Amino acid sequence: MLDALTREAAALGNGSAVASEVARQMQICNACRYCESYCAVFPAMTRRLEFSAADAHYLANLCHNCSACLQSCQYAPPHEFAVNVPRAMAQLRRETYAAYAWPRALGALYQRNGLVVALATAGALALFLVLLLAVNGTLLHEPLAGDFYAIFPHSMMAWMFGAAFGWAVLALAIGAARFWSSQSPGSITVTPVSEATRNALTLTYLDGGHGDGCNEADDRFTRLRKYFHHLTFYGFLLCFASTCVATFYHHALGEPAPYPFISVPVLLGTVGGVGLLIGPAGLLWLHMRRHPLHFDLEQRPMDRAFIVLLFAISLTGLALLALRDTGAMGLLLAVHLGTVMALFLTLPYGKFAHAVYRAATLLKWAIERRQPNRLQVGGE
Amino acid sequence: MLLLEASPREWRGGNSPHTRNLRCMHDAPEDVLVDAYPEEEFLQDLLKVTAGNTNEHLARLVIRASSTCRPWMSRHGVRFQPALAGTLHLSRTNAFFLGGGKALVNAYYRSAQDLGVQVRYDAPVDALDIRDGRFVAAYVGSERIEARACVLAAGGFESNREWLREAWGQNERGEWPADNFLIRGTRFNQGVLLKQMMAQGADIIGDPTQAHCVAIDARAPLYDGGIVTRVDAVSLGVVVNRDAMRFYDEGEDFWPKRYAIWGRLVALQPEQVGYCIIDRKAIGRFMPPVFPGVQAESLPELARKLGLDEMRFIKTLSEYNVACRVGTFDHTTLDDCHTEGLAPAKSHWAQPIDQPPFYGYALRPGITFTYLSLKTDAQARVYFDGKPSDNLFVAGEMMAGNVLGQGYTAGVGMSIGTAFGRIAGTEAAQAALQEAAHA
Repeated sequence: MLDALTREAAALGNGSAVASEVARQMQICNACRYCESYCAVFPAMTRRLEFSAADAHYLANLCHNCSACLQSCQYAPPHEFAVNVPRAMAQLRRETYAAYAWPRALGALYQRNGLVVALATAGALALFLVLLLAVNGTLLHEPLAGDFYAIFPHSMMAWMFGAAFGWAVLALAIGAARFWSSQSPGSITVTPVSEATRNALTLTYLDGGHGDGCNEADDRFTRLRKYFHHLTFYGFLLCFASTCVATFYHHALGEPAPYPFISVPVLLGTVGGVGLLIGPAGLLWLHMRRHPLHFDLEQRPMDRAFIVLLFAISLTGLALLALRDTGAMGLLLAVHLGTVMALFLTLPYGKFAHAVYRAATLLKWAIERRQPNRLQVGGE
Repeated sequence: MLLLEASPREWRGGNSPHTRNLRCMHDAPEDVLVDAYPEEEFLQDLLKVTAGNTNEHLARLVIRASSTCRPWMSRHGVRFQPALAGTLHLSRTNAFFLGGGKALVNAYYRSAQDLGVQVRYDAPVDALDIRDGRFVAAYVGSERIEARACVLAAGGFESNREWLREAWGQNERGEWPADNFLIRGTRFNQGVLLKQMMAQGADIIGDPTQAHCVAIDARAPLYDGGIVTRVDAVSLGVVVNRDAMRFYDEGEDFWPKRYAIWGRLVALQPEQVGYCIIDRKAIGRFMPPVFPGVQAESLPELARKLGLDEMRFIKTLSEYNVACRVGTFDHTTLDDCHTEGLAPAKSHWAQPIDQPPFYGYALRPGITFTYLSLKTDAQARVYFDGKPSDNLFVAGEMMAGNVLGQGYTAGVGMSIGTAFGRIAGTEAAQAALQEAAHA
């Protein structure tokens, strides 16, 4: 089945006008190469003379959208060659996410992703509010000393979120596997894996090759996007770690929530939550200031919906922690769970997919760059 | 301080956005430069390419400045890239700008604006008020802008088609060769101020037909085709003219040392056109061109597709193929593959062109910049009747001809530009301060 799906996705990619546009631009870039020190895209490009749809998808996902190449491009609009690599790559990435989504039909959710995330959020919020009313009878209640399980039983939450998360992991894993097999990158060994992991975790390619960072509003370089992304990503990881530790406490130690403020799960969640507030807020601020040429305008709702949802999760989570001893706990819990559920449901059908395909292409690059280059084109 | 830029913001910086590196003297390995490239060697290289047509005093000044300018450039935001595989043989002599020349231009504009320099775009200066060899004011349209000192950095006249036509004149075939030239760089170097200065009696140096002139893909745009329009396959194949005849040794020396003579070579051919012919063996051995070559499964088919006389083309190629003495092909050395009994010879990398598919690239002369310049000195002063101005200075292509009488060696344009840009700026600032003190 995997093979058939891969073929199907590859065929979809072949016919794409966006993939052809990426190939057209890469043909120009490959004759220029002034940008070869900015990131991995251009060195990967120089190992090719032609750009198949698979190559285009590979390079597009390797692109971190730092926009340094556009700012320094002598062929950028208004030049008649109209080279805008960050935009073409962003447009093609959305096609990657859609083409490799599982099940296939749900790839259509990328068409109007902002709306999808908004509807998922509204739906999930409504679900938990209705559940709250059904269980509790009212939205507010007498203080319960932070005992979530008095509102929603532990097993109910575990099943609901376990299923949603499991689905997301499965869908993303199938997408990644199909993408990987369409790329025939060679065998995976320890060195490239550790290099790719390091590049993903440190966002090497948002450095600009010189450490000054990437471009936002203009040709000035800034490291802010990297810092805000780190706050977002590591904040998210800490929140996730908090949940894992709490699960361990619950099942292995027989200590169910609520946990005191000074406890591992609450501290992890609080620190992570603060990161997940500042990070997305900063990313959204940068996104609103970003030069319109730097990205795919049609993708803006997808980017922003994801950022706002992460912010909302963190905000509601921290509010829940702060007010868990009051009568509003149930309401806040329902709202928080609604946002988390919306994230889990849209994980494989939204901006989060970038992490999966980016990681895959970073690994492919780490493998590929260790292989001998069959071209000997010389230089200037 | 005010910078008047003729172009809109998108095209600012003249030809600098198309550059990539500068040639640097150094006595020992330094940051991005390997080995050593001493002053004497740099000078010899310059003397060789210009056939001695240089002002040695100014040339040495440029060479010495090139050894100390990188920290200054870095302070103003220019970043250099580590030596890369594709440019290894230049990593001894040339420092490459990370992101190329437009990244450098962006950095300089940012730095200038941070220092309080005002920049006005779409502000072409079309006249100068000069009295007794002193700058008084510049005109942008009817607007008069006075200043205590001025640096002219308005480029050559390569974008001015009429002037090029006039400079190259009519050849013995009755053609106007410059009508078939393409301009690799900016469309804004119209030579307006060069002409103004000539009219005002400034001292001029150089031959108006001398220029950095490369053979580029004939399909390149009229302006701003830049680096990608080059065709680097010349030394791997043969080049024929409109009459399907070879006209120069394609394998005389390494391509990076020869590419800058081919523009002129093609300009001297009928209709100013050449055709670079290669076969399958060359694919993957030269920088990929921006336009795909005309492809054919046989040589006669290729001749027809290129619009060349089939019989003569086959004769030229057959004679070449038969004359090839193939030893051990190695494009990275001056190898022993050469022709025997063929005129003109191909001295290296001569292999028969016999394996389909065959590819042809039509070539045209592509002008990068002209060398006709204002005569200047070590203080970048403009001269009138042999007398230097004390508040009018010149930098960039507008004076490069003082050092480059003819020929070119990679990266030297930016060495000249950087050295004289700094000198002109410093001198202009001093002149302005002195005048302010006197006032």
